[in-house]
Amino acid sequence: MYGLKPDPCVLEVPDKYYSTGDYEKGVARWCPGCGDHSVLSAVQKLCQEKQLPPEKTVFVSGIGCSSRFPHYMKTYGFHGLHGRAFPVAEGVKFRRPDLNVFVVTGDGDCLSIGAGHWIHSIRYNMNLTVLLFDNQIYGMTKKQTSPTSPMGTISNTHPHGSVLPPINPIQTTLGVSNVSFVAQTADWLPGHLYATIKAAHEHQGFSFVKIMMRCTKFLPEEAKKMVGDKEHMTLLQHSDGIEVDMATANLFKHTVQHDPADIHQARAYSEDPEMSYLGLYYRDKTAPRYDLYGAHNLGATSEQKLKVLEEEFDKFAV
Amino acid sequence: MQPQPTTTAPGANPVQRSRKSISQHIVEIVSDSGEGAQKAGQSFGAICAKMGNGVWTVEIIPSDIQPPPRTKESTSGIRIRIGSGVITNAGDEADIVIAFNEIAPYSRIEQDAYQPGTKILLESMWATHDDEEVRENYTRAITDFKKLGFDVYEVPMQEECLKLVPDARRGKNMWVLGLLCQLYNRDIEIAADQIRHTFRKKTQNVIDVNLQLLQGGFDWAGQHLDFLYDLPPTLGGIDQVVMNGNEALSLGIIASGIEVCSMYPITPATSTSHHLAECFERAGGLVHQAEDEIAAIGFAIGSSYSGKPAVTITSGPGLALKTEFIGLAVMAEMPLVIINVQRGGPSTGMPTKIEQSDLLAVLYGQPGDTPKIVLAPSTIEECFQFVILARQIAEAFRTPVFILTDSNLATGVQPFARPKPRKEWFAPPVDQSPWPQGLNPYEWDSSNGISKRPIPGQRGGEFTVTGLNHNKEGKVSYLPEVNQRSSTMRSRKLAAFAKTLKPPQVYGEDHGDLLIVGWGSTRGAIEEAVDRARAEGIAVSSVHLRFMSPFEPDLAKLFKNFKKVITAEINYSDPVDDEFIAPEHRRYAQLAWVLRARTLVDIGCFSNVHGQPMRPNSILNAIRSITQPQNA
Ligand SMILES: Cc1ncc(C[n+]2csc(CCOP(=O)(O)OP(=O)(O)O)c2C)c(N)n1
Ligand code: SF4
Ligand SMILES: [Mg+2]
Repeated sequence: MYGLKPDPCVLEVPDKYYSTGDYEKGVARWCPGCGDHSVLSAVQKLCQEKQLPPEKTVFVSGIGCSSRFPHYMKTYGFHGLHGRAFPVAEGVKFRRPDLNVFVVTGDGDCLSIGAGHWIHSIRYNMNLTVLLFDNQIYGMTKKQTSPTSPMGTISNTHPHGSVLPPINPIQTTLGVSNVSFVAQTADWLPGHLYATIKAAHEHQGFSFVKIMMRCTKFLPEEAKKMVGDKEHMTLLQHSDGIEVDMATANLFKHTVQHDPADIHQARAYSEDPEMSYLGLYYRDKTAPRYDLYGAHNLGATSEQKLKVLEEEFDKFAV
Repeated sequence: MQPQPTTTAPGANPVQRSRKSISQHIVEIVSDSGEGAQKAGQSFGAICAKMGNGVWTVEIIPSDIQPPPRTKESTSGIRIRIGSGVITNAGDEADIVIAFNEIAPYSRIEQDAYQPGTKILLESMWATHDDEEVRENYTRAITDFKKLGFDVYEVPMQEECLKLVPDARRGKNMWVLGLLCQLYNRDIEIAADQIRHTFRKKTQNVIDVNLQLLQGGFDWAGQHLDFLYDLPPTLGGIDQVVMNGNEALSLGIIASGIEVCSMYPITPATSTSHHLAECFERAGGLVHQAEDEIAAIGFAIGSSYSGKPAVTITSGPGLALKTEFIGLAVMAEMPLVIINVQRGGPSTGMPTKIEQSDLLAVLYGQPGDTPKIVLAPSTIEECFQFVILARQIAEAFRTPVFILTDSNLATGVQPFARPKPRKEWFAPPVDQSPWPQGLNPYEWDSSNGISKRPIPGQRGGEFTVTGLNHNKEGKVSYLPEVNQRSSTMRSRKLAAFAKTLKPPQVYGEDHGDLLIVGWGSTRGAIEEAVDRARAEGIAVSSVHLRFMSPFEPDLAKLFKNFKKVITAEINYSDPVDDEFIAPEHRRYAQLAWVLRARTLVDIGCFSNVHGQPMRPNSILNAIRSITQPQNA
């Protein structure tokens, strides 16, 4: 959109150039150190870099700390119901393929109350950028067990520790038919976070990004541990994967080459109990997209509609 | 095939054919599913409509998906009520029954669909069936039917059809159509045209065979039936269309310019989306089959939010799931059309049966204060018109609008004047012009609560929709005065809309001993009962409400002109004289509850949950017992 056209002598001049400030609204009311802040910065930077027109960009969320996100973006936003961001976002995208639609959802929002919609939205494979803010706890309602809370997590609903193994969102997403983009990143690795969100946005389809998040308020110890734990984190690298700068790559102690076309290896990594893999697990650019099916039949003229009505009345005429 | 004069077959007894003139009649064709009874009945209805007679048809649907044949559960068929003038409902007991087997009438007898004097024309092939049990059943049934006072005529349908086709099972229905055409003095050429129309996608050979069957039944009836009728038409001369309420809804959706219908399959609403999906392919638009009803309304809201109002269509259980999103649509002021085709409830209830039990759920079924506009079509024509109206109200008032229909409208088929669609009915293109500077996303006009909504794509209108309470800037706020104000503004829309409504028309005199208040599909039956009661000298009138929220004006004033007011509705109420129920504990029918609260008039109710259409005679009996208690 910007810069030089194929003819290097012609400069494309935008009618408006957006700065990061054009996407910022108000002061985010998350706790200090909460991972949500870093995602907000990364997303604002992405909007600026991609020069997404604010009026053509919609952030749809559910309910939770993370779902407050749209209120801090100077774009269109839809802060809807707990667990129901996906259907709303799908309705927007289906009707308006021209809009950039992002979904912001929490681990409770997406994986518990919204789990049915989550599974189906993977299969619909509409062009949505999905950011799962996985802080492994219910933040907004003050520390209840979440579907991703590790077994033994002490919470207000399980004072002696949670009793079930957590849901593995990456594994599950990779198990749904028509899955088209699955990546993982972490809020405390800004370079990786940005590169991942950017790759997700560039993917034409349902891009599912699980963001490992710190809830400094309710899981402060875990938050500290996660940030410092280089032993259990591996960077997924590949020429077809998500490109990160040297400085970011150097933050990792372990690195593996992983071809994002290899769903079996992706699943194997997702199921590794000892290790979190960051980067692109899987991408399929050819998966059928439901929003394209939707777009095929928009924009009929009044004349066409009138004609069909008359045809139908002929059919029902006596 | 040219119409041929009826000839007397060799050996047949020529009968005296004097025709009895009638003003209306009810015919039922009952069979096992798959025998084409419904096709015969629909064709017969269309022929009658074409000749200028009034018609109402309604299908009789088996209660199971794959019931064993020749059981009460497998009874499938159709009721066709025809009249000289307009027919507005399915009526009372049948006059003529055509039964393809002797079991089928039993299930209808259980539903009081027949009465002494009803003529049953029974397929006689079972009399000579190989299986002795079948033969016994058949003989027993004839005895049973006669005991109940029905006139039974054994008709050799199979035998006659086999003279014309090798497989009688696939053709009996058109032979029966021929019989009916003779019985009611139908124009055989119009009937032949109808067959050509019905089978227009089939080969000429198929058409010819069916024309022969038609003529066969026509001739047989002419030679063998000693009762024939004449039903002089009084209508006609206008272009008509004939369809059921769900088809009318789907054409209404297209005519309204709505382009997205988001739904999850549920009886009896689903067939609307079947027809719509097919039409949308040509007219532009999409049916989204969501993963559940919550997603269906969420998707519709997302689609309304970013463009023209969308529609979501459902029935009771689905309505329950949509509750939270309905609240959001009210809170966020989202134009949206929600169609609820009511069925028997609560819970899974009676999916294929008729009930009007969702009124209170729609009006008050969401937590918090959720004012909304609710329309209730009372005819099939209104099913079409009200969608167009609902879309406009939704957009103009920036609010969800409900349309409440029911199974009776969904499956009832009635002719009405062919609509003349106009471009003005369509939703205008989505506004993408820059948002006026300084205008808030909820800049409520205090006089009507209306504000203009920014649509994504409008530069300068960026804001975040939220289900949290918000001020006019769209900002979250829990301040006492802000919540009071936003609640007032959402409510004020109803007051403003109410001002646009006219008092409802009274059927009959505007004063008297009794006023019956109805809503939805019971209109025809109520008005017919009022006609009959007035003919008996009873001072009764009726009024039919089509706007359930807000109500049409001046109801209290109207009610005061009558000694007694009752509602007639198909939903539950405690009987007045129930020994277990103290008067202050009595649970009223749903409209009665609301009207009592609104008007402070002591309104009674006549209601039941039989799952059946209300019959004129049952309403008439209620009228009699209220106005002449001494005779009751
Ligand atoms: C239908 C419904 N049920 C429950 C709630 C209460 N509720 C609000 S947020 C939340 C959990 C949020 O957890 P998560 O999705 O992980 O988001 P976080 O706050 O951790 O970012 C719950 C249970 C609600 N708003 N709506
Ligand atoms: S409670 Fe946790 S998730 Fe919520 S804002 Fe605070 S740190 Fe973030
Ligand atoms: Mg959480």
